[in-house]
Amino acid sequence: MTLSAIRLLWCGDTALTVEFGDRIDPDLNARVLALDARLRAADCPGLVETVPTYRSLTLHLDPVAVDPVRLETAIRDFAALSAPSRAPRRVWCVPVVYGGAFGVDLDDVAGHHGLSPEAVIAWHAAPEYRVVMIGFLPGYAYLDGLDPGLALSRRSTPRATTPAGTISIGGVQALIASIAAPSGWHLLGRTPVRAFLPGRDPVFLFEPGDGIRFVPTDPARWDALDRAAAAGEPVAEPVR
Amino acid sequence: MNRLVTLACTGAVSLQDAGRRGYARQGLSGSGAMDALALATANTLVGNPDGTVAIEFGLGGGRFRQEGGDAWMALAGAPCAIRIDGVAVPDHRAFALRAGATLAIEAPRRGVFAYLARASGFEVPEVLGSRALHRRAGLGGIDGHGLRAGDVLTGRDMPEAQPLSIAPLPLHTDAPVRVVLGPQADHFTPEAVALLAEATFTMSHRADRMGLQLDGPALAHGPGGYNIVSDATVMGSVQVPGGGRPIVLMADRQTTGGYPKIATVISVDLRRIAQRRPGEAVRFQPIPLEEAFALARERATLLAELSRTVCVHGVALTDRLAGANLAGDAVDALSVEA
Repeated sequence: MTLSAIRLLWCGDTALTVEFGDRIDPDLNARVLALDARLRAADCPGLVETVPTYRSLTLHLDPVAVDPVRLETAIRDFAALSAPSRAPRRVWCVPVVYGGAFGVDLDDVAGHHGLSPEAVIAWHAAPEYRVVMIGFLPGYAYLDGLDPGLALSRRSTPRATTPAGTISIGGVQALIASIAAPSGWHLLGRTPVRAFLPGRDPVFLFEPGDGIRFVPTDPARWDALDRAAAAGEPVAEPVR
Repeated sequence: MNRLVTLACTGAVSLQDAGRRGYARQGLSGSGAMDALALATANTLVGNPDGTVAIEFGLGGGRFRQEGGDAWMALAGAPCAIRIDGVAVPDHRAFALRAGATLAIEAPRRGVFAYLARASGFEVPEVLGSRALHRRAGLGGIDGHGLRAGDVLTGRDMPEAQPLSIAPLPLHTDAPVRVVLGPQADHFTPEAVALLAEATFTMSHRADRMGLQLDGPALAHGPGGYNIVSDATVMGSVQVPGGGRPIVLMADRQTTGGYPKIATVISVDLRRIAQRRPGEAVRFQPIPLEEAFALARERATLLAELSRTVCVHGVALTDRLAGANLAGDAVDALSVEA
């Protein structure tokens, strides 16, 4: 396989974005995560932290300590290597209560696609997703793997707030939200899982590259799971 | 116990330090001081290491009462009127706050952000490597929130030190904000890129620690439109949503975004735009990347001189620092007052 060329995009003097492409593509994301792992393992002077996204890796840099030429060379060398196998390091089972007050857009999404709400739930819970980016707000996990049959453009009018733990879809993307925030995505359900919980160890549950499976869950179990999660239990179980 | 009791606060007041690193990959931006040089200056005046937690006032002020012992403090950044029990004391100069005294800090007359440092800092728990408040995440600061009436900040008893002072930091209200074009300047029309350098924008009232929205001419996107597959942001990213009005993303920003970023404010000028008040003009000046690195090195030298000279010797700074025009932020009169 021929690897597409990378672009090195400087973001002022404090960051460099390595762009593998401009589209959502699991192969691009695999290369992003491979470069991320190699750079983090290597000794790169001035490298402060890295941010993997769908299709690019941003390196936050100390402008005084970094050697831009040496860094660019290292990146090109690493990026030329093929990406390792895409098997996720771990897969989480994430309980989701779908529909009703937990997912106010479930019926609309079903109607739009000519499906029953039960079918939307089954389609949404079927794939093993991959965390391709954690960003925007703390712990927000953006997922690749949504069934294209469920894809739906974002709402024309975003909601001013959506609850913590919202499970939503927007375009071909799927999302696990951590904290309450405005959103223009379609809300299918909620998980009691806290992807981000200050004071818990670990504060953040997921890592880019993790696998995610959604487990449809009886609303009657919400209160107990939500209490456990608030007390610091992961509630989501790593299955491998 | 030595403590500072908050009686009242106005504006955006929070505890900030050098910020947290390593969690942007988890969606948590760094927070930390909006004007890092002002924070470093306030800390230097009271003998703290750079990055010690201080109170950041954003277009605001507050009233405090010192209890259980004396404290050694200094305020730097945007100039603020300071009164101790009604008596004016200067900013950019260390002062003693005696037990029982009331400290009043007025919102700045010019600039936006001022920093009140206390010798040895304030005792609040470190969260993920920093004491800085990230308001949106509800983390850091005082139990995840900003400073409010009733909050009590404890600190160690510290011996009285020398009343170091420094010339007020320049705010560069009329100077251009230097940027490096990109990472997505190619998502805009050539006219929009030219306009970025030529137009005068105005700081809007939609400005906070997350981002600074500018009013002015719209910057037109190219044929690719205004959506990109989300990628990472930095402090200083000039992102341009569909309407064409730029937003400069700052310390508490979202870590990723789906709008193209036409340019990036260079690190030494982050304080320059952070200190611009709503209604004030903003002009951008694109510079080569190499120049941005050189300016960052000059700033680092300035910071190193600030802390090393004052902390080790506790006497007047070297002529070298006094004479150097460091990135336009020359500090020309750091001295011990006789």
